[in-house]
Amino acid sequence: MNNICVSVKNVTKQFGKHVVLKDINLDILEGEIFGLLGPSGAGKTTLVKELSGLDTPTSGENTVLGQKMPMLNVINRIGYMAQSDALYEDLSAKENLQFFSSLYGLKGIKQQERIREVMKLVDLTDHINKLVFNYSGGMKRRLSLAIALLHEPELLILDEPTVGIDPVLRKKIWDAFYQLNEKGTTIIVTTHVMDEAEKCDRLGLMREGSLIAIGTPTELKQDTHSSSIEEAFLVYGGEVNED
Amino acid sequence: MRIKALTVRILRQIVRDKRTLGMLIFAPILVLTMLHLVFNGDNYVPKVGLVEIPDAIEKSTDLGDAEITNYDNGTDAEKDLIAQEIDGYLTFSDGKPVIYLEGSDPTKNGETLRWMQSTFVNIQKSPLEELEVNYLHGSSEMGQFDYFGPVLLGFFVFFFVFIIAGVSFIRERTTGTLERLLSTPMRKWEIVSGYVIGFGIVTMIQSTIIAAYTIYVLDMMMEGSFFYLLLIILSLSFTALTLGILISSFANNELQMIQFIPVIVVPQVFFSGLFNLETISNWLSWIGPITPLYYAAEALRDVMVRGFGWNEIYLEIFVLLGFSILFMILNIIALRKYRKI
Repeated sequence: MNNICVSVKNVTKQFGKHVVLKDINLDILEGEIFGLLGPSGAGKTTLVKELSGLDTPTSGENTVLGQKMPMLNVINRIGYMAQSDALYEDLSAKENLQFFSSLYGLKGIKQQERIREVMKLVDLTDHINKLVFNYSGGMKRRLSLAIALLHEPELLILDEPTVGIDPVLRKKIWDAFYQLNEKGTTIIVTTHVMDEAEKCDRLGLMREGSLIAIGTPTELKQDTHSSSIEEAFLVYGGEVNED
Repeated sequence: MRIKALTVRILRQIVRDKRTLGMLIFAPILVLTMLHLVFNGDNYVPKVGLVEIPDAIEKSTDLGDAEITNYDNGTDAEKDLIAQEIDGYLTFSDGKPVIYLEGSDPTKNGETLRWMQSTFVNIQKSPLEELEVNYLHGSSEMGQFDYFGPVLLGFFVFFFVFIIAGVSFIRERTTGTLERLLSTPMRKWEIVSGYVIGFGIVTMIQSTIIAAYTIYVLDMMMEGSFFYLLLIILSLSFTALTLGILISSFANNELQMIQFIPVIVVPQVFFSGLFNLETISNWLSWIGPITPLYYAAEALRDVMVRGFGWNEIYLEIFVLLGFSILFMILNIIALRKYRKI
């Protein structure tokens, strides 16, 4: 259970003179839900993009599922859900699912089966033939998640999966994460919502491109003698806090 | 498999977007029809004034095909010329014929002069025998539309494919779906190929309809084979498609894509043979051979006007395909911005 799934070694990322990631070192274990917590602009998205193969570090290296990224056959084993929904609004949900599942090489009965399963998981089965254009924001978010799950990835990378989603729906989405996690899927999730952070097995706190602390929510709170993750974050980050 | 999925998706999107589909097919048909009506309208009938023409000449000439006004003196004729009542007048000074023209409209000048020359052949000093004219290509029936037509046909296919492919690729980038495509195991060349095949099918249908319409309904001159015509148009649309996608990576939104039309698309018209290429100033003439439309127009004219076949057009087709391959490679390189492998 405790094999390393993702390993980030001395990773730095610069865009021109602007340093987005500063010497990040991080190991994520197989089967855990790992949360990256930090204000917007902390570098969370850049880091998860590198882990999903969409970006490369300026120096250092990322190893995912035993191979140095980016690597096409590893990408095949990752499910990535970006911050934006990235759906074809002029197509129906089903057509979106068919398209993306074909890209992962799913076809025929297997494809139909997976489409049915993921839509059931995100509770959208009744809306499968609607055009995405007619979907609400929350429905698009869930469809987006469903697409990331189509090919049964071993590692799921979710960039702000519940941003702009009401509490009831957020709970539904987290229930889906727990279900997948029970089956052994490793999940990396970025968030800037503190109470969501409590739901993760372990957390990495990020601020201005640096990883300022790693640990379970309980450890982080105990270390800083805080009653909440938010307080703990303030202690680790020093007196300056910005959002 | 992945390419097929992308092709199917593009076709589904286009079929669903009825307005774009309409624009692809009916807009070129509408514009070509208007041009046909403009260029192949009735000939202009010049309004000509005659000042003190000797009776002998007047009787011996056929004064049809023009509106004739007779004047007793040059002053009246000049007044009417100023008021644009007549396009020109003929008078005799010291026994020699002199022509005055209103002069502000080249078409009217030309028609008036031509009429006067053909009508008064016998008062010129050495009347020529009527010449027999033989056409290597074309015929005396060939109108301006027949000459412009092949270029315009190529231009519209190029224009609409360029815009639609470019805009849909921009949409793919701005909505984040391109990033999502690249987070799947899809290879960059597969993305570019899927686009080329998807839009290739659409343009093949589009160009067949437009070409058939111009040839069979508008009666544009067509000496060669319809198959070669389609082959040329298809090669051209591949070029437009790959160039459109490439250019779209330099634009951040749809409006910026439209801004490339006057820079990339319109100049090609000037160098594609719509205007005589030999009269273009030397310091600009190098532009023609680097524009895809230049080759397409030449090949289209070879087939449609001159009735040539494969031996005369293969070079142009290879150049167009060469352009497409070059743009495809550049596209794949441009996609490296989003994923290194």
